[in-house]
Amino acid sequence: MAIELKMPALSPTMEEGTIAKWLVKEGDTVSSGDILAEIETDKATMEFESIDEGTVGKILVPEGTENVKVGTVIAMLAGEGEDASEVEAPAEAATSDEEDQQPDSPATAGDQEKSGDEKEAIAPGKPKSEPKSDPAIPDGTNMATVTVREALRDAMAEEMRRDERVFVMGEEVAEYQGAYKVTQGLLDEFGPKRVIDTPITEYGFAGIGTGAAMGGLRPIVEFMTFNFAMQAIDHIVNSAAKTNYMSGGQMRCPVVFRGPNGAASRVGAQHSQNYGPWYASVPGLIVIAPYDSSDAKGLLKAAIRSEDPVVFLENELVYGRSFELPELDDHVLPIGKARIVREGSNVTIVSYSIGVGFALQAAEKLAEEGIDAEVIDLRTLRPLDSQTILESLAKTNRLVVAEEGWPTCSIASEVIAICMEEGFDHLDAPVLRVCNEDVPLPYAANLEKMALIDAPRIVEAVKKVCYV
Amino acid sequence: MARTAKTRKTPAKSQQQGGPSDDPDFALHSLQEAFEKAKTYDASEDEMMAFYRQMLLIRRFEERAGQLYGLGLIGGFCHLYIGQEAVAIGLQSALDNDKDSVITGYRDHGHMLAYGIDPKVIMAELTGRQAGISKGKGGSMHMFSTEHKFYGGHGIVGAQVALGGGLALAHKYNEDGGLCLAYFGDGAANQGQVYETFNMASLWKLPIVFVIENNQYAMGTSTARSSAETEFHRRGTAFRIPGMDVNGMDVLEVRAAAEVAFKHVREGKGPVLMELNTYRYRGHSMSDPAKYRTREEVQDVREHKDPIEGLKKVLVEKGKSEDDLKAIDKEIRKIVSEAADFSENSPEPEAGELYTDVLVEEY
Repeated sequence: MAIELKMPALSPTMEEGTIAKWLVKEGDTVSSGDILAEIETDKATMEFESIDEGTVGKILVPEGTENVKVGTVIAMLAGEGEDASEVEAPAEAATSDEEDQQPDSPATAGDQEKSGDEKEAIAPGKPKSEPKSDPAIPDGTNMATVTVREALRDAMAEEMRRDERVFVMGEEVAEYQGAYKVTQGLLDEFGPKRVIDTPITEYGFAGIGTGAAMGGLRPIVEFMTFNFAMQAIDHIVNSAAKTNYMSGGQMRCPVVFRGPNGAASRVGAQHSQNYGPWYASVPGLIVIAPYDSSDAKGLLKAAIRSEDPVVFLENELVYGRSFELPELDDHVLPIGKARIVREGSNVTIVSYSIGVGFALQAAEKLAEEGIDAEVIDLRTLRPLDSQTILESLAKTNRLVVAEEGWPTCSIASEVIAICMEEGFDHLDAPVLRVCNEDVPLPYAANLEKMALIDAPRIVEAVKKVCYV
Repeated sequence: MARTAKTRKTPAKSQQQGGPSDDPDFALHSLQEAFEKAKTYDASEDEMMAFYRQMLLIRRFEERAGQLYGLGLIGGFCHLYIGQEAVAIGLQSALDNDKDSVITGYRDHGHMLAYGIDPKVIMAELTGRQAGISKGKGGSMHMFSTEHKFYGGHGIVGAQVALGGGLALAHKYNEDGGLCLAYFGDGAANQGQVYETFNMASLWKLPIVFVIENNQYAMGTSTARSSAETEFHRRGTAFRIPGMDVNGMDVLEVRAAAEVAFKHVREGKGPVLMELNTYRYRGHSMSDPAKYRTREEVQDVREHKDPIEGLKKVLVEKGKSEDDLKAIDKEIRKIVSEAADFSENSPEPEAGELYTDVLVEEY
């Protein structure tokens, strides 16, 4: 059977080109790899090589022809045992003038598909799922006072006892007992196979952790701080977050990346940054940023059990704070659910991580002045619990977002967008955000204090939205 | 090789306890030496026919993929494996498919075909159809088959090396006896994370075979213009990873080298770095004008080093007739034509697929 040689697309965007020169003539024998012609596009002159073996039967589009559409039959090749001189041109003569008559022309085919399927092509609404509520704490449960640091350690230890596949890796997690002592005691209990000290090589070990998750394990990858995860962000975003989607749901990546995030104290600009908004912008990731011990433990356990990749953002300044924690055998909290940490009726303050502490301080101060503020701890930044925010807004009609991080493209920006899009009718005042100053974090004590959010600034913003 | 005697540095504590540098018998060249002794795999006739068939399938499949790209049926990036067939076939034929895993970069069609994965679902992925192996959501560079322990198909140059280190860690952790075969190119060999992975893989004695498919060009930049050390098999030296220098255009040589490397890794001796010297006949991707090399250079390799023609010669010498081989060619062309038809006629993904597989669980 004769082979049709069609005008090739030599780049993803090429629609037509010029046949500059034929390098073969009718009757020539060609084999795979021989150049048949030179084709000019607007970008370059490319060589068109033969894929098949055979004899050139007919050249249908002479050299010098311009604007030859991709897919146009430009020559015929006789296969083995065929007489090249008898090769017929395809029924409909193929010339560049007859636009869009080629059934195989991709432009045409694409256009037809588009016009035919336009209605069906509009995607159905994105499915929404209801966030689950926290499980009730049974009456009579003892409440222990535990630091966030211990709560995180206990969460890991419990999950490591429960599931052999869970292991921790990172810099100084084993023999040093954790740069911030979060992994204290784990090496003693679980040994070096499951508590792995890595070299200082974030990109490498983030990749190894991600690959181990693809291979069926449940790695907890500790970054000494999330500032160093910038070296590894490619694996978090490109390898971990996207693989399930790209593989059509075949390849999972149940890894937890955890470590301290946000400003610590007097460590300067490179060690002081909140990556919450960065990771929360990525579909395919779960992003959790707890404040107190109970949420830290319950959500880290949930993160380790999740089939999805999780970025778990802790805060160094909060590690040593003590909070009440229910003493339960298995304290697991739902991912994706915000928590009302203080009920109120006049105004809503939305925050997460260390910001929750400032928001609660501000609420106390505001109460003294007769303003009853509700404080919401987002806990999970992706998926964001917009329902809890909007229900609170419907009740208070005023909202302030407090975030220890830069204002531009922040979680605060996202919350404000949600309030505009879905809560506009409930707003009695514009939503305000209280964020860090829009500068790299300075070292000098006075400047650092000026740059970071605090309770007085939240109080001020709340008064503005309350018009007092 | 003679070693210069020199005063050793005071060993750190971990080395006193038996760190990698304390192994006096370590020889970076031991595997190459073993390989040099028997460079051609003693394949049975059936094995040789199977190699021929598989390489031809990759060649014809990729040629057809190139055609479909030219017709606009395949979009975006499409990196063809033509010329490099002996690498995937020689190496993967030596794997234990029940245990071992494979990971590679974006030039991944050949590695999947080497597994015997249905060409239809691969071609349908290239055309972005629901029946594609990634439901049409991955494309040429992002294909996976966890069933075959093939872990992709990764589009970021070099990322698969660290991920492969993780797969190897999982083999070791689970004590399943498997190894990971991690492919990357001469271009990826200059990425920093490759060396981060070399370091950890050697330190932890991970069961991994690093394979540099040196096809001489990183996109349009020749190795000479990009690499201070173009003998890539030496690149593991600083990490005490033994290297092997292999002719990647000869499937029997590749297989012989694989036997040596895999044995070393399976014995728990840590990683091996193999350099497979090969050549890609086509451009880096479909939109490559190929101005960085001459036509003659490509034709010279095609005419004198082609892996399929090379094996064909061996088979003919062994008494196979041209007709026998032609019959295979005909059969392969049919398989590829069916795959192409399937990929053109399968429906695109349902609109609802836009939102599926973002996350596994509901929150």
